[in-house]
Amino acid sequence: MSKVYVPRDSAARSVGADEVAEALAKAGHEVIRNGSRGLLFLEPLVEVETKDGRIAYGPVTVEDVASLPLATGGAHKLRLGNIEDHPYLKNQERLTFARCGITDPVSVADYVQHGGFEGLKKALGLAGSAIVAEVTESGLRGRGGAGFPTGIKWKTVHDASADQKYVCCNADEGDSGTFADRMVMEGDPLMLIEGMTIAGVAVGATKGYVYIRSEYPDAIATMKEAIANAVAAKWLGANIQGTDKSFHLEVRRGAGAYICGEETAMLESLEGKRGTVRPKPPIPALEGLFGKPTVINNVLSFAAVPFILAKGGAAYKNYGMGRSRGTLPFQLAGNIRQGGLVEKAFGVTLRELVEGFGGGTFTGKPIRAIQVGGPLGAYVPASQLDMPMDYETFAAAQAMVGHGGIVVFDESVDMAAQARFAMEFCAIESCGKCTPCRIGSTRGVEVIDKIVAGEDRDANLDLLADLCQTMTDGSLCAMGGLTPMPVLSAIKHFPEDFDKPAKMAAE
Amino acid sequence: MSQKTTLLDLSPREATAAREIALRYGNRPDALLEILHDLQEHLGFVPEAALPALAKALNLSRAEVHGVVTFYHDYRREPAGRHVIKVCRAEACQSMGANELVGMIERYLKVKLGQTTADGAITVEAAYCLGNCALSPAMMVDEKLVGRVDAKKFEKIVAECRS
Repeated sequence: MSKVYVPRDSAARSVGADEVAEALAKAGHEVIRNGSRGLLFLEPLVEVETKDGRIAYGPVTVEDVASLPLATGGAHKLRLGNIEDHPYLKNQERLTFARCGITDPVSVADYVQHGGFEGLKKALGLAGSAIVAEVTESGLRGRGGAGFPTGIKWKTVHDASADQKYVCCNADEGDSGTFADRMVMEGDPLMLIEGMTIAGVAVGATKGYVYIRSEYPDAIATMKEAIANAVAAKWLGANIQGTDKSFHLEVRRGAGAYICGEETAMLESLEGKRGTVRPKPPIPALEGLFGKPTVINNVLSFAAVPFILAKGGAAYKNYGMGRSRGTLPFQLAGNIRQGGLVEKAFGVTLRELVEGFGGGTFTGKPIRAIQVGGPLGAYVPASQLDMPMDYETFAAAQAMVGHGGIVVFDESVDMAAQARFAMEFCAIESCGKCTPCRIGSTRGVEVIDKIVAGEDRDANLDLLADLCQTMTDGSLCAMGGLTPMPVLSAIKHFPEDFDKPAKMAAE
Repeated sequence: MSQKTTLLDLSPREATAAREIALRYGNRPDALLEILHDLQEHLGFVPEAALPALAKALNLSRAEVHGVVTFYHDYRREPAGRHVIKVCRAEACQSMGANELVGMIERYLKVKLGQTTADGAITVEAAYCLGNCALSPAMMVDEKLVGRVDAKKFEKIVAECRS
């Protein structure tokens, strides 16, 4: 019988991958549960190994299984051909996601066979400062959203002297429209382990934590399995590969608080406390977890590191534009025909992503707004689709690239409702430590309600602008500080949605 | 600090469970979230009666433990229905009609978000992103993610939960 691949990724499972895998196994096929290729609109995607490569069929239902010509990889209405030649995949620049979807995610043998641990091998033979220099050379900036240079952060921790240092991975991927972290943890978790271990070796930290949100039970289970396998194969734990370097890694579950994606709130949570934000300074690189120097990076930052060490910082730096170097795994989400993961070098335009890869809206109606960078990111109007994805270009347009989440809305969207939701979400998820965020968000909901009701519209718009300014300048962290971004962008680009009573009166 | 033992004595089952789970984590206070998750998995919720025992085991004040339990959305103070359905209400799902879906669910189950159906089968809650944003609208049924949810799919899920 044939060797077939069915993803174990939770997005694939959410549309029936388990049932398809079961039916294939029952039919006598050897089923391997791989990661997802990221062509989520084609899930469940079934691949069969043939002499012409891996031939894919999708989206496959249980009813389709019997009719799939898996012995030959032949014609079928769901046949997509060799998956590597699919334009959605072929036109990407996959550095981080090069292996995702090809291998069994928790198999160390698979990982090594596909270039895994090459970066760590190199790092084990280098001085910590040389590893930091390589990461600095790559131009890698924090992929969690803030875009802070990773090399500088690592150097600060490297140069600090302490009896204990930590490496913490922020896997509290709470932003709507983002799922790249989840896909790494479910589809290529050993890459994250390798990246974190390299960080540990570089800065002299022997203990690490992966803080994963509880909404990701599959990612938690897969990470734990991968960690156990890495320890068994001596790529993690005491005396890695027989060297004097040790690094111990532990998974910690979040408990449903969005704010714990903020790095200092995450540290509090890792210490077993309420996830309230810490004032900075001191910066976590000097006084982080349990008061010790701590590297905190997002999943995608750590995941970029094995490539940088294996191929060199310059190889990574060759991709991108301006000060945004390398690639970003963009996530096409929301009302989109071909949603999924697209890794491209910085500089790709929003239009190429949303219309090129994404194929426009799912509903077929015109695009009206695109929220880029999560719930704290701006709503970009369709007229700005030609903006290149670049930290500085987006910042200049009062928007942000963030974690690369791209949520498409069609013309049916009510932007006043979206602005109100941004404030409402902030009110629900604020940690409560600082007043602008805790109180400002609730007042924001009230003022937007008044504006929409046509009550003292101009005065209340001024009041809202003033409130947003206070939140931006006065909040302790990005939660309160950036909530005004979606609100103000909605008012700026879609003022007509805030003026319905006047419009109705005029008609 | 002296801990009163009255609550401990009144609810030995909860207190014992709390102590046993804390011990599994070496009574480390930094593992409090993990301990609470395990306790909730074991008992179905985090009962008030378990908190003094937990505080004592971890050498924390009861206020600190109470503070953590009440801060995080995940921890329930009372039992849920036999199944928990979390409906995503975040932006990506909104763009695919999540708000309409929530309305439909509330009418169909005759409950509001955060409530449990009369037969005790299902608790429905709001979630803010389940990481399935390319296959919106999404929900999570216990620990299983479901994508591209529509009325037909939802009715089937409810029937399975009630069977």
